Amino acid sequence: MPELTRPHQSHFFADLDSTPLGLVDLVDESAAPASLWVEAWHSLRRRPLFWISATLIALVTLVALFPSLFTSLDPGFCELKYSLDPPTAGHPFGFDRQGCDIYSRTIYGARASVTVGVLTTLVVVLIGSVFGAFAGFYGGWFDSLLSRVTDIFFAIPLVLAAIVVMQMYDDVSVMTVTVVLGVFGWPQIARITRGAVMSVKNADFITAAKALGSSRLATLARHVMPNSAAPIIVTATVSLGIFIVAEATLSYLGIGLPTSIVSWGADISKAQASLRSQPSVLFYPAGALALTVLSFIMMGDVVRDALDPKARKR
Amino acid sequence: MKIRRIAGFAASVAVGALVLTACSSTPSDTESTSAAAEGTSTGIVTANSSEPQNPLVPGNINEVGGGKVVDLLFAGLVYYDAAGEPHNEVAESIETTDAQNYTITLKSGLTYSNDEPVIAKNFVDAWNYTALLSNAQLGSYFFEDIEGFSYDEDSALTGLAVVDDTSFTVKLKEPRADFPLRLGYSAFFPLPEVAFTDIAAFGENPIGNGPYMLAKEGAWQHNVGIDLIPNPAYEGDRTAKNGGVTFTFYASQEAAYNDLLADQLDVLDAVPDSAFGTFEDELGDRAVNQPAAVFQSFTIPQNLPGFSGEEGALRRAAISMAINRPEITDAIFQGTRTPANDFTSPVIAGWSDTIPGAEVLDYNETEAKALWAEADAIAPYTGTFTIGYNADGGHQAWVDAVTNSIKNTLGIASEGNPYPDFKSFRDDVTNRTITGAFRTGWQADYPGLFNFLGPIYATDASSNDGDYTNPEFDALLADGSTAATVDEANKLFQQAQEILFTDLPAIPLWYSNVTGGSAATVDNVEFGWNSVPLYYEVTKS
Amino acid sequence: MAWYIGRRVLQMIPVFLGATLLIYAMVFLLPGDPVAALGGDRGLNPAVAEQIRAEFNLDKPFFVQYLLYLKGILTLDFGTTFSGRAVIDVMGEAFPVTIQLAVMALIFEGVLGIGFGLIAGLRKGGVFDATLLLVSLFVIAMPTFVIGFVMQYVVGVKLQWLPPTVGGDVSFQTLLMPAIVLGAVSFAYVLRLTRTSVAENLSADFVRTATAKGLTRSRVVNVHVLRNSLIPVITFLGADLGGLMAGAIVTEGIFNIPGVGNTLYKAIQQGQAPTVVSLVTVLVIVYIFANLFVDLLYAALDPRIRYA
Repeated sequence: MPELTRPHQSHFFADLDSTPLGLVDLVDESAAPASLWVEAWHSLRRRPLFWISATLIALVTLVALFPSLFTSLDPGFCELKYSLDPPTAGHPFGFDRQGCDIYSRTIYGARASVTVGVLTTLVVVLIGSVFGAFAGFYGGWFDSLLSRVTDIFFAIPLVLAAIVVMQMYDDVSVMTVTVVLGVFGWPQIARITRGAVMSVKNADFITAAKALGSSRLATLARHVMPNSAAPIIVTATVSLGIFIVAEATLSYLGIGLPTSIVSWGADISKAQASLRSQPSVLFYPAGALALTVLSFIMMGDVVRDALDPKARKR
Repeated sequence: MKIRRIAGFAASVAVGALVLTACSSTPSDTESTSAAAEGTSTGIVTANSSEPQNPLVPGNINEVGGGKVVDLLFAGLVYYDAAGEPHNEVAESIETTDAQNYTITLKSGLTYSNDEPVIAKNFVDAWNYTALLSNAQLGSYFFEDIEGFSYDEDSALTGLAVVDDTSFTVKLKEPRADFPLRLGYSAFFPLPEVAFTDIAAFGENPIGNGPYMLAKEGAWQHNVGIDLIPNPAYEGDRTAKNGGVTFTFYASQEAAYNDLLADQLDVLDAVPDSAFGTFEDELGDRAVNQPAAVFQSFTIPQNLPGFSGEEGALRRAAISMAINRPEITDAIFQGTRTPANDFTSPVIAGWSDTIPGAEVLDYNETEAKALWAEADAIAPYTGTFTIGYNADGGHQAWVDAVTNSIKNTLGIASEGNPYPDFKSFRDDVTNRTITGAFRTGWQADYPGLFNFLGPIYATDASSNDGDYTNPEFDALLADGSTAATVDEANKLFQQAQEILFTDLPAIPLWYSNVTGGSAATVDNVEFGWNSVPLYYEVTKS
Repeated sequence: MAWYIGRRVLQMIPVFLGATLLIYAMVFLLPGDPVAALGGDRGLNPAVAEQIRAEFNLDKPFFVQYLLYLKGILTLDFGTTFSGRAVIDVMGEAFPVTIQLAVMALIFEGVLGIGFGLIAGLRKGGVFDATLLLVSLFVIAMPTFVIGFVMQYVVGVKLQWLPPTVGGDVSFQTLLMPAIVLGAVSFAYVLRLTRTSVAENLSADFVRTATAKGLTRSRVVNVHVLRNSLIPVITFLGADLGGLMAGAIVTEGIFNIPGVGNTLYKAIQQGQAPTVVSLVTVLVIVYIFANLFVDLLYAALDPRIRYA
């Protein structure tokens, strides 16, 4: 039981110590002030959209971690005699051109695709927002240096970097693709963060925080960043989908994951050749990808709302 | 061989055509006779192509984009008709008694489009220029059989001698019965005197003796297209029956095909793989789908662990029998490939589908399993059977299908081994650092059986990337090359193929078909033996 | 301000050296021998290959190659391609086409993205907002090669509203469809960024103040909300201009546009260092200027941002 003190009030009806009513007015002075994150959580859990997207994300994660729970078929077993066959019992989505079961490929494809998407987004947001925040907040030569580095990175063609990076590894894996896309993605987030930080750092409440003696670094972390979060979150959630699709583009250009790794991207890329005759081959991996992106975009939206004290009041 | 490399689909070998059995070519045959009687048309035909990779000097052209243009701009000693049959063009006669010494006589009075006369010296100079080592011409190897040729130092072709303006003689290092057959290839075209004053400028604005010439100085718009108009100075069988040909360069076949459907393009010589299943419905009787002089296979290197000696022979046969070729050509290629029966192509004179040993190309699950088990009894197989390919050439689908077929039939691990682009694939093949089987394709330079066998399977041959060697095979090939007649030669070449069926240095897969089509705006579209349409015959009003 | 701009321009020198060195090294690291590949499946006679290698300095060590390239640039000689063309000519043909395409795509994604994003942000949670979410999901989940393929077939071939390819005919009409396809993905970004910023700024104090002092809603939205919401959007668009130019590989391939993306892709595949490095270097300069412009716009949009 923490030590409780009373606010200065007059009490007329009952001895305060004997009535639980008094607890209502008591303040826990030793506890830290409710942090941004705790408040955000309180607001989040009241939003149905949060629960919907959380459930979807949990489902996608479960499929990615344990695909065998959802199908007993081997996604790598393909018999050409079933090429482009329509759905039959046990094969609800039908077959692709190689005669592989589309349902099991969609299930097994989640692991590689979701890993590429989530991991790359994490890497990119971490590197990009730290670089961008420092560049925008401190400005000067530091900003120049970081900005010019991002300029160079921006201009490196994806195909060139992808081929160079991938040949450094004996086996191209999900990690390799993540590295390639990560090298490419961070400059964008860095620029967005830099812009947002620059527009926030001169706001009145930042000046107030500084006046109250908050150190530069603390101001950046506690006050500037949370208020710059909106564009970062939006870019990150959209990028998540873009990265999954980028893996498809790498496959399309012939530098993606090896065929032994099932992924939505590779399947979307292969489906391109069947578009004229059997467009449904494209539908399932692309649909699964869209659903995943949707869940993360919705999550991003509600998290942003929760972090914004003004939006929360409504 | 000419390289065809287009982003998206497209093999580094091409799709070609010839045999006149396909229904679409029969009506166009009759039409072409009637059109010839009616005379010529005046419309300008648009056709797809790709940016030539080198200046338009015939001896330095080894890919289709440049080949299409120089074949129209120049006329060689002979040209090939739709069936691949050579006919004299600039040559009046090509005579020999021993298949080693040739006397070539030219027709007199022929000129280039700049009115310079076509003389024997032009041929000798052009050939010497192309063959000279320090000129680094891509077509130099075509002259390796001529006396005086050297790969190691600059040396003149001493086997060539000008007799007078209309005749010259050729002396080969050893007899080659099919030498006259090769003379229609672009490396053998003549060059006018003016070419040698500034060869770089000439390559940009070439002057030739062929049925067409550049529409104007700078008609070659890089990466966009090239405009050709009929050459009034041309006299010969290939006289233009239209008002010109405009080649539009495409980066993808998809774009070219959609242009054809939208009536923005008249003649297309390559259908994208996404339209294999639908193009014959969409184009109706204007679709072309017939076998071509293109042979596809994958090579298993001689030293690949488990694939040499007796054990290797068993495994090679087992792999071959584990591939269901008709199923793959149907499902993956929608009938735009024809399952292979030999190591050459059905459009080449002398081709046969009844060579003893060819049954190893038939899908036979039980036999394949039995052979594999037999090989395993000698030494068990561990590892994954991979097929290397360049991923920028549209090979993934068939490689996946073939490895799946092997995997499902033999119960071994098997998968494709993609390289990001052609040069990295080629590097590993050339340096012998590739760790498995790899795709091989061959498009004929000239319509002869030897061209499919000699450069690939002869000991130490230039394209023998699997390092195959068999003295018996070499002997048959040599006998065939020096045989007095082409028929005799072909018989020996077929015997040589019997040996290939036992040794299987490469596993034959299928022959590419030429797939293409034309818009309703044009008539008389016929494809040549080398998969390139005979543009000069196309009529458009 | 002039000093600021001058400093930024001066910064181009180290960026130029860094970028060329980095890209040259990357092309050098590309797998495979570009010269051997010239021979196709047949391969090249080693002696001929040696000749070609010497001609293009490919037989020299990396740093010598790079310095020779830099030396050439000082005399405006950007090197030659394997086909013997001056790289500067190649760039002169490719850039005008690509710049047109990129600017059209930028206008498409900017105008529609900001416009729709504004409406969605003002009516957050409404039907229009939800519809736009679905549209952006579609654009995100479908790779460019699928969208391009479908649009080309439907609009170009079936309906014949627009020409299916560009080729040599570079005009507004032919570039319209490719520009939409190229800008589609970025449109999703711009849309989401604008929507979120607008929604956030609607509840900001200065908007309430503006509303309270009796300004009309349209003036509040246009002057106060939109202006303050544009910073992340402008940042994105500025960085995207270069991206649209370099990233048009797939789009230019589908619509047969003889631009930078196509040229770059071919040059990378063939390992042509001078072409790749020169093209990318120009792109770096485009990025630098676009970003400088964006930074100046920041100051115009938000008076609190000042440069010294």
